[in-house]
Amino acid sequence: MTGFTGQVGFTGYIQLVYVLVAVLFVVGLHLMNSPATARRGNQVAQAGMIIAVIATFVLLIHAGTVTTTGWIVLIAGALIGSGIGLYAAQRVKMTAMPQLVSAFNAVGGGAAALVAIYGYYDAEARGSVLGTTSVFSVLDVLIGSVTFSGSIIAAGKLQGFIPGQPIIFKGGRVLNVALAVVALGSGAFLFSTASLPALLILVLASLAFGVMMVLPIGGADMPVVISLLNAFTGTAVAMAGFVIGNWALIVAGALVGASGSILTKLMADAMNRSLANIIVGGFGTGDSPAAIGGPVDAQVRSIVADDAAIQLAYASKVIIVPGYGLAAAQAQHGVAELAKVLEDHGVEVSYAIHPVAGRMPGHMNVLLAEANVPYPQLKEMEEINPEFARTDVALVIGANDVTNPAARRPGNEISGMPILDVDQAKSIIVVKRSMGHGYAGLENELYYDPKTSMYFSDAKKAMAELTSAVKTLVG
Amino acid sequence: MSAALLTDLTIFILALLVGIEVIGKVPATLHTPLMSATNAIHGIVLVGALLIGITAHTAVGYILGFVAAVFAGANVVGGYVVTGRMLKMFRKKAPEPELESANGHKGIRGLADRVGIGRGQS
Repeated sequence: MTGFTGQVGFTGYIQLVYVLVAVLFVVGLHLMNSPATARRGNQVAQAGMIIAVIATFVLLIHAGTVTTTGWIVLIAGALIGSGIGLYAAQRVKMTAMPQLVSAFNAVGGGAAALVAIYGYYDAEARGSVLGTTSVFSVLDVLIGSVTFSGSIIAAGKLQGFIPGQPIIFKGGRVLNVALAVVALGSGAFLFSTASLPALLILVLASLAFGVMMVLPIGGADMPVVISLLNAFTGTAVAMAGFVIGNWALIVAGALVGASGSILTKLMADAMNRSLANIIVGGFGTGDSPAAIGGPVDAQVRSIVADDAAIQLAYASKVIIVPGYGLAAAQAQHGVAELAKVLEDHGVEVSYAIHPVAGRMPGHMNVLLAEANVPYPQLKEMEEINPEFARTDVALVIGANDVTNPAARRPGNEISGMPILDVDQAKSIIVVKRSMGHGYAGLENELYYDPKTSMYFSDAKKAMAELTSAVKTLVG
Repeated sequence: MSAALLTDLTIFILALLVGIEVIGKVPATLHTPLMSATNAIHGIVLVGALLIGITAHTAVGYILGFVAAVFAGANVVGGYVVTGRMLKMFRKKAPEPELESANGHKGIRGLADRVGIGRGQS
């Protein structure tokens, strides 16, 4: 079980099978570089997983030391878990994907921590815990436990069990630091001394730290948090791979760690905020931007469905700019239908997707794909921004801060944040319930642009009205 | 540091580099399925959970193994199924391209479509 060195016997051949598994994971992820091949990629990775499980069973049978109780416990556990996973995966609504991903992060991190906890427990019973592997055991338990509790809190926030707004209380930061010190201290103690009580302290302090780390983070920062926890899970699994000397775990963990880290960076950049700033928290106001109802300026021009429909129907190019408000109002299918009517009328329609439109990286794309929007119409920010200048109408639905031209100027909360160049379009229609602020609590200057018309309505209702108005127009 | 650990570390670092290279090419459109797929891949921890069985001969061992197996099983199966479900929705062209003007058919077709999506399988 510790690589080739020592003896290249039966376990050596099994290790080779795990190398094949790692290859299949890499090829599978590589195929995800295009929507056309992504499904095959998932299937390739899945095949890798099946081979890994079969190889493991062969290894268990070959070892010949698994007790009857052991077999029952493991197989029952795996089957029960699979059933729960299957049920959740088939039932989950696409709007709830971030919660599910978070839950899978939690159980993955938890399982990785348990592998190290068991390894430590078992080795301690045989008096052989001291050595280089204890570093990885400690890291696995630490990262795995933080991921477990942190992901549960993140999922709870996304699901609404726990309030989405930052939860901050007096002394919270001090407690955080104290927990980190306790966790690291007990971890360091374990390097030199075998001690189950110290392991227990490490687990508890890490679990508490995970809770305290995610509680102060606002709902709108969730894309970053989920990505970060995803990276943590991968790292924990890789550490588990070190503990048991298994290459499949090491490679898979490293791949996930790399993926999670890249996504974390992309999300933080898209918000123009540093990771440290997000973790410290207390900035995001949560899921629903509070409708503070700022001074409704006379300069704001409002528009009714018929006039908006005329603009859309006689445009040659329309860009739809969806934000999370669209999904919150369940208007994905409505917007897709409107787009379809326009397209049939010969209007070129595409969607401008900001990286943080949604509650996890790429979330908005999945929501629109579910509403049968073909993926070639889903454009990334860099790709679509030069096109706004050639666009007749930009239709903004449920997006706010990511369209605010104030981001281009220094001196405000969103300065420097990459935005969609919606203000370059010849005409702009913003569907919005009221003049509320974005989550940065900032006035959106786009709304006061002379080219902008405000369509005050619920997104779902607005889409239905617009669709029927356009249909009447184009007959 | 043992030779085995050195090998493990080498593999880890090389895999990280491969990961950065491969993941960097995934378009933003697919970031949610990507995260979900990597989620399923870290379900490989199921292997670690099962291997607990080799030495577990006490109640504590069984309990830890059981919980780890439940967690990892949910992770791996759920991860792959939901990723497959999502990726199935990414289509190059909208369905029923030529019949959209026939309003009467739309509701039923749309419904059938949604049922098809709802019953996603891996």
